[in-house]
Amino acid sequence: MPDGDHTNPPYLRPEMKKTWWKIACVVLLIYTAVGGLLLEVPRLNIVNETIRALYFHVPMWFGMVFLFLMSTIYAIRYLRQPSIVADIYSTAYAHVGLVFGMLGIITGMIWANYTWGSPWHGDPKQNAAAIALLIYFAYFILRGSVSNDEQRAKLSAVYNIFAFVAMIPLLFIIPRMTSSMHPGNGGNPGFNTYDLDSRMRLVFYPAVTGWVLLGWWIATLRIRLKLIEEKIYDLEDEKNK
Amino acid sequence: MKKISSILFCFLAVVSPLWAQDVQMADTMRQEGKIYVVVAIVLVILLGLIAFLFFTDRKISRLEKKLNK
Repeated sequence: MPDGDHTNPPYLRPEMKKTWWKIACVVLLIYTAVGGLLLEVPRLNIVNETIRALYFHVPMWFGMVFLFLMSTIYAIRYLRQPSIVADIYSTAYAHVGLVFGMLGIITGMIWANYTWGSPWHGDPKQNAAAIALLIYFAYFILRGSVSNDEQRAKLSAVYNIFAFVAMIPLLFIIPRMTSSMHPGNGGNPGFNTYDLDSRMRLVFYPAVTGWVLLGWWIATLRIRLKLIEEKIYDLEDEKNK
Repeated sequence: MKKISSILFCFLAVVSPLWAQDVQMADTMRQEGKIYVVVAIVLVILLGLIAFLFFTDRKISRLEKKLNK
């Protein structure tokens, strides 16, 4: 594995230390909280005011898919050119992505309890999301079970690609082929009124951007910490030589 | 025909907001201004967590600088 300076570019991507997008993230999230609670929403039966959960529950999944995609990109990069840095990036993105997915499933259960009648309704999309999360749990079990650094990185990079490819049909294709209570799935017209509602888009798109940026921010912090750790190991190795 | 459609239009214009009002929303809570309590609480938690994230970010930057020396 190549060693050397792990805390400077190209190991540390320069945009990670920029402040402007972090401020943008904060502004968008403040707008989401204020606008999401105060601005007008369509008056729909059953969902009522809980329709506002859309600004918080759905962006968790957007964040998860974005982070898992980044994780897969670095897994592919690792396989093309093995380096401990690519492995660190890939793992950190998967970690934060999994947190977002778990938050998504928990918030979904709370929402389902009040609108569908029970937390686990056996909805195809809900089940598929749970399976996708289990596949990613297995990613970390796999990592934990290999003690050799290089082998762990290589095996988990291959598995990572498989996990992402398995997640896409689980979340975006299968629920649309059967009847799902999730809006826009299986011909469910449940939220069509707001699918076209420009008032909700005004909050929803900034919310998605803000939450995705927050996920990315947390992931970059983990990456930077891991790179520092690597550098300390290197320095220790040099001392011991 | 024009007359009928305009009457129908006026009727719908008057009645459709009433339909909308049938769906229960937290209108009382909003009128009493208590929704601002919820907004304030959510904002405090959000800003608190974000401030924490900013400080962690700064700490990591300092560590990076230290290691590069």
